[in-house]
Amino acid sequence: MAPTIARMRDYAVLGPQFHAPNLSSCLAALGIAGPLVAVTAGWQEREGEIEELREHVKLPVTDLQLYARAEQVYAADPALARAARERQERLQEMQDFYRMRLMALMGALAELDAQEGSSATLRRARRGALGDVRRLDRTHVAATRAEHDRFARDWRASPRAALEAHVEVLERAIAGARAILVAGGHVAVLLNRLRLFGFEALARGKPLIAWSAGAMALSDRVVLFHDRPPQGAAHAEILEPGLGLMPGIVALPHGHVRLALEDPQRVRQFARRFAPARCLVLEHGSSLRWHGGRLAAARDVRRLARSGQPVEYDT
Amino acid sequence: MSHALAELLAEGPPTKEAIDRFASAHDIPLVDRDGVTFLYRGEAEQVFLRLFISGLPAAQPLERVVGSELWLLRFALPAESRFEYKFEVQRGGSTEWITDPLNPNCAADPFGANSVCQGFGYLPPEWTLPDEGARAGSFDEFALDARGLGRRAVRLYLPARLRRTRRYPLLVLHDGSDYVRYAQLKVVLDNLIHRLEIPPLIVALTDSPNRLNEYVGLDAHADFLVRELIPAVGARVPLDPDSSARGAMGASLGGVAALHAAWRHPGTFGRLLLQSGSFAFTDIGENKRGPVFEPVVRFVNAFRANPGRPAERIYVSCGIYESLIYENRSLVPLLTQNRIQVRYEEARDGHNWQNWRDRLRAGLTYLFPGPLWMVYE
Repeated sequence: MAPTIARMRDYAVLGPQFHAPNLSSCLAALGIAGPLVAVTAGWQEREGEIEELREHVKLPVTDLQLYARAEQVYAADPALARAARERQERLQEMQDFYRMRLMALMGALAELDAQEGSSATLRRARRGALGDVRRLDRTHVAATRAEHDRFARDWRASPRAALEAHVEVLERAIAGARAILVAGGHVAVLLNRLRLFGFEALARGKPLIAWSAGAMALSDRVVLFHDRPPQGAAHAEILEPGLGLMPGIVALPHGHVRLALEDPQRVRQFARRFAPARCLVLEHGSSLRWHGGRLAAARDVRRLARSGQPVEYDT
Repeated sequence: MSHALAELLAEGPPTKEAIDRFASAHDIPLVDRDGVTFLYRGEAEQVFLRLFISGLPAAQPLERVVGSELWLLRFALPAESRFEYKFEVQRGGSTEWITDPLNPNCAADPFGANSVCQGFGYLPPEWTLPDEGARAGSFDEFALDARGLGRRAVRLYLPARLRRTRRYPLLVLHDGSDYVRYAQLKVVLDNLIHRLEIPPLIVALTDSPNRLNEYVGLDAHADFLVRELIPAVGARVPLDPDSSARGAMGASLGGVAALHAAWRHPGTFGRLLLQSGSFAFTDIGENKRGPVFEPVVRFVNAFRANPGRPAERIYVSCGIYESLIYENRSLVPLLTQNRIQVRYEEARDGHNWQNWRDRLRAGLTYLFPGPLWMVYE
């Protein structure tokens, strides 16, 4: 169940903003004309290079510098840095093992899908194989969530001076803003920084506008995907739970490049695997807006349907 | 014979005009699922197809359609093949090698141009074509005095959005200018980086004025790369010092030079990209490839006797139609037996730059996997 605050706040999900950005029209639609703060931690060393963004929105924008702040926190608090590194190593190991198990289950699913016929037995076997994948996904989400919870319990329960100093600065910056922008980039790096500074608490009821990896990090589960990678298997995989501030969706930026949308079998499988979440293909120009917990507008967004087709998604 | 060609010949010897009409209406050579038919139009005593496919005669005669200026040759060709060729035309006591006048598809190389035959199903990879949306990298140039080799110009490929605060992988490339000119290297790098299939990386493009001496296993060349070139690059751009972020690469003799440098300086290059390497060796008896290969054979024989671990991960590719296929196939088990991760690929192609271009994505993404799964901009 998504937190009430998530269901009640205004928020928007956009497609990639690299070419032909539509952030300014989204802000206008949300009635936001005041100062903004931005999270560009996913850009890593390019964090804070927001001149183009400022020119586009024609509003004051302050970058929250979460990537740089995290480096400062870790430098000032070596024990926390070590614990964070060890947690990341455990998460990496969990991801590797999850991927191994996923390969086997996806292989079984593919074999069953390749079987000819439509007997009840075959249909049942296919459902069962998909159920195995969904169960593994759930297990992985639970395990990674537990890892993050344990870290928060062990290391964030009592105040840590270096971290709290930054949190106070961030609280003030966000308090003076009309909305928070969360840009894309490296989704794991972004999510890691959002978690470190307790972004859910910081964001409170502020309107959120996120795109690409930003939307992925703020949804319930971070689904990594590419149907045509140059190396390795092309199975979508779950990284870990997202922050759940944009519930009920799986954000799929650049879907036309990354997904085999012309392949009904893959589209169908993707939609069923992550149901009941809506798997939404976000391209340049895509936008979704929620108001008072309800989807208020959708533009140029396609949903992966169980029929095997990407279909237009609207209110 | 193709249906269209059968129609052309159905009513007797075709006129010059009919042949030209046919040629302008079809892609020449005629390619179908089973093979390829070459056409030449013109007066001549003899016409030969000169091709560079190991296993086929180097010269194959075209047969004249009696009473016409049309010459034909057909042979079976596996799907997705690609090779380069010329025509040898004998006329009036003289012999001329020419590209196919009816085929506009040519490939350039340092020796000129060849006509290209693309077999059934072959398509140039789309990632080799310029993408306006891809951020373009740039070139920087500098020169240094290489000990024992003389002054060397070096070009650096710098990825778009280079940051001094970040440390980059480095790939040292032999015959760098030819890779740019004939294998679309810059386009490929821009595209693969833009698509996140490889990380932003620095490529040091080197050239040799005397590759037949320097790329055959010359210690001074290997030492130049490791002791002079890499530090000089590192003084200009921030490099990741880990060996897994450092590669050497080359095609043909350039592949020999890359392997030799890594073998002579183990631990320096964690990654090797070797395309159609001229890895000539002898198990017994004399080298039969000529005197140029004497030092190559000496090095490869020494390497085969004691391969060590020149890199942790190596990508090897070779064209099935190359005479070097045996040598490259022989290299693979030797590497894997020494706990080296190897990706080996063969293509139905020859010893040429477009073959090496077409394998760049597989090689680079294997050696330097990009953040594709993690970055969503």
